[in-house]
Amino acid sequence: MTRYGSNPTHVGTADIGCPAERSSAAVSRRGRFGFVLVLAILSILLATSCSRKTESAPLPKPTAFGAAIVESSGGKQTAQTGSLLPQPVVVQVNDAQGTAVAGALVEFSAAPGVAFDPPNGLTDSSGQVTTNVSLGGMAGRYAIVASTTDKSHKRVELKIEELALGYQQTLGRHLNDQYCERCHNPESTVERVSNYDNLEVKPHPFTEGDTLNKINDADLTAIISHGGPALNKSALMPAWGNTLSKSDIQALISYIRAISDPPSRNAGPVYTKN
Amino acid sequence: MKEKLTSLWQRLFGDSARAFGVVSLIFLGSLAIAPAKNFFSEWRHYQHGYLRMVRNRSDANTLQRRFHGGIQQIWLPELGVVDRCTSCHVGLKEASLSDVPVQPYRTHPVVPHKLDQFGCTVCHRGQGAATTVSEAHNSTLAWEQPILPAKYIESSCGECHRAPLLGTPQLNQGRNLLSREGCVHCHTVKLSDGSVMKATDDPPSLSHIADKTTREWVYAWLKDPQAYATTSTMPNFKLSDDDARDISAFLIANSAPVPGDTATLSAKASPDPAAGTSLYGESFCASCHAVQNAAGNMVGGDVGPELTRVGSKVKPEWLQAWLRNPRTYDPGTAMPHYRFNDSQVATLAGFLLAKADSDLLDNVHLAAATPEQIAHGKRLVSDYGCASCHEIAGIKKPENFAPELSRIGSKPVTQLVFLPGMQHTLPDYIATKIKQPRSFGQGLKMPQYTFTPAQIDSLTTALLSLNDRSNTLPPSLAVAATPESDYQPAGKAGKLMTDLACFSCHRINGHGGDMAPDLTWEGSSVQRAWLVDFLKNPGTLRPSLIRRMPRFNLSDSDINELTDYIMTVYQSPAVDRDSMPLSGYSQGQIELGRQLFYGKYACQGCHIVDSKTDKGYIGPTLTQVGSRLTAAWVYQWMKNPQALRPGTTEPNRAMGDEDAQALTAFLISQKGGAKKEVAKK
Repeated sequence: MTRYGSNPTHVGTADIGCPAERSSAAVSRRGRFGFVLVLAILSILLATSCSRKTESAPLPKPTAFGAAIVESSGGKQTAQTGSLLPQPVVVQVNDAQGTAVAGALVEFSAAPGVAFDPPNGLTDSSGQVTTNVSLGGMAGRYAIVASTTDKSHKRVELKIEELALGYQQTLGRHLNDQYCERCHNPESTVERVSNYDNLEVKPHPFTEGDTLNKINDADLTAIISHGGPALNKSALMPAWGNTLSKSDIQALISYIRAISDPPSRNAGPVYTKN
Repeated sequence: MKEKLTSLWQRLFGDSARAFGVVSLIFLGSLAIAPAKNFFSEWRHYQHGYLRMVRNRSDANTLQRRFHGGIQQIWLPELGVVDRCTSCHVGLKEASLSDVPVQPYRTHPVVPHKLDQFGCTVCHRGQGAATTVSEAHNSTLAWEQPILPAKYIESSCGECHRAPLLGTPQLNQGRNLLSREGCVHCHTVKLSDGSVMKATDDPPSLSHIADKTTREWVYAWLKDPQAYATTSTMPNFKLSDDDARDISAFLIANSAPVPGDTATLSAKASPDPAAGTSLYGESFCASCHAVQNAAGNMVGGDVGPELTRVGSKVKPEWLQAWLRNPRTYDPGTAMPHYRFNDSQVATLAGFLLAKADSDLLDNVHLAAATPEQIAHGKRLVSDYGCASCHEIAGIKKPENFAPELSRIGSKPVTQLVFLPGMQHTLPDYIATKIKQPRSFGQGLKMPQYTFTPAQIDSLTTALLSLNDRSNTLPPSLAVAATPESDYQPAGKAGKLMTDLACFSCHRINGHGGDMAPDLTWEGSSVQRAWLVDFLKNPGTLRPSLIRRMPRFNLSDSDINELTDYIMTVYQSPAVDRDSMPLSGYSQGQIELGRQLFYGKYACQGCHIVDSKTDKGYIGPTLTQVGSRLTAAWVYQWMKNPQALRPGTTEPNRAMGDEDAQALTAFLISQKGGAKKEVAKK
């Protein structure tokens, strides 16, 4: 959407049409003056609207330069399209020896639609910059670039991938939290103790792309609705076909496909800065 | 210049034939403008682009066949929708185009609604009738409604859907926050079904505040509520020192003592801190109350207030009286009446009073209040609308204290005030107003909240869903919410259940909390003897849960009263408790049940029957299920668990009668401990 919105030539076309029609009347001095006036106003408006777009807060001046930029935390998170990632993204700038550098400038950039708060900053005393990230409006993977410059003003970049979930995948995530995760996610939290270790036959974590990408949608649907034995797998996987509706199961599969790592075949493009 | 003009005039209109020719040409030219504008229109440009893109695809033929040129329109008279978006967004319905990276040619992601039935602007806003990109997407003078940013898209679901939906977590959270964080105490929100959004928080009454705490604490609290408790939902009114002094003076002077809420007990606390820690743990105080640990993390629930610095707040005499029976001070509190004995009260009070922060009140030195200060404090309390949330003796709850928000989601941008540097859109206005309400001008009263950015987005989403369409939607199109039940149990048992605050955790007949199991059909589900034992000494059914039923030190007669009521009243029409016996199943049937349990249905994945071999602990432990549940309940549960308890995680296996009977026989034979072999008879 932003691609079209940012193109200022669209804005004026309809308006410019009107004065052109007016010229069909006998061209009086006043008419011509008016025409010029309208053109001038339009161009001023256009210029101001353009300049407003490019105007942004000045970058802070770096007091130090690093040699490398690394991710501290916040990569591979999921959020709904357009929303904030649950945790901020934290990156660290190091020098050639691997020690943190304070006062280096880090800038964040990504595909249109992705917003950073703040979009740039100087590293703190531990060499880190923290930013809150809102993903774009399209479901899919987003590549975020954090960049800094080294002493010779060469750009050093770090790519971090995040995942935006559409409606269907959000629904799937909710169903996963309620029905699947307790067994399929080996990680425990205080509120949600994992049952993974208690199972004789281990279930596949849904991020396990190497295995799950080889199972097609029809087979996944069969396992979920009729249980493990439907594909000669463990009966510890119960049949959910009477509990979950067809569209629920589709939503679950779309979620499983979205979080798969490595990505599934139909995962679509990674949104990057053009 | 003048000669030039005259010669030009002569050349063009010098004689009548020439003039006729020129005028005709101009006339023809102007006639061509309309078709030319149409020919060079944006939508035609995008349609050409679509056809160019499609040409190289493997399914080009199908896509070309399905393509219709010209302006496309979806017209939905009852929703007032005329959407021409599909003129440019050509590929929305083509499933194969999901690999196209950006609009306007990408497939619409899967949503529960069909494009032809709902159009585009119902969800995305924008100008449906417009045929240029800028007019359709942006807000201009003539077209007020810009495209809704993706992060607020769930607000459009909320226009028709008044009940929470699984797919709209942000909208659900926003609506919860509106009623939980006190917004609707001051702002009226009328819903389209005629009801008014109700607050679900319970700000304490200030009419007896001097019983509970000191003026110094009130002052420090008013200055910065989050300094006392970081999770506090009380917002910061940014009061000056003098104003906070005067309000605290008024509140203390205005307070009247509650009979029975004074120090009738010895205020001496037990010296043993370890006893306090274990009593705090055993009583499961942490299920509702949080305490910040040394690492700065909150440990505990958010039903009751945070207790990290409670020792700096409460008076020891009040705390003891409160622990003894909280209902004396606040009859409507969510805190159960624990029936602690005197020594337990002293132990717990000592433990809690030690949770103090000396820094909090060290710098607060208040001289005795003068009558002028008290009078000024009273005026401030009215000005700031304190009584909108808190009960304060002598001050009436103000009506319509803050602007009504029933249609805030349709407020015209022309009626809004924007800060410099802000985007001029309604969502940005709402979000910024919640984030920094006082920055919009001098003398504004809305206090500063401590919402996270995600909470602000949720609140904005919920507020945007309160708009013209949600208010004027024909009832036939709205998806109504189930009205909140105000069920109250009757009689002596009912009083007892209120006293024990059962509804703070349990839900019965649609009323109550969701921390503990729904008890609507508990009488059909459990055996009486088990319930009596459980109320005496609640054990745990689910090993992985950290929130558990506390022990209430109930008397035998109280337990009998409660058990009788539950067993008689909370019965499901679908389960006849006495239709199946609790013993007498044949060994063959039990054995078949065991095989089904471990084989066909693999129940051991989630449940434990034999604690030596089974490990699953998602569902309740079943080692003693034969002494706990009724056979009829188990049988019906096997057939369809969701019919008995909607939303339960147990999968519905659509079991046949034979399997269900065998499994019931097997499970009912699990009596636990020595009684295990009873079923042999």
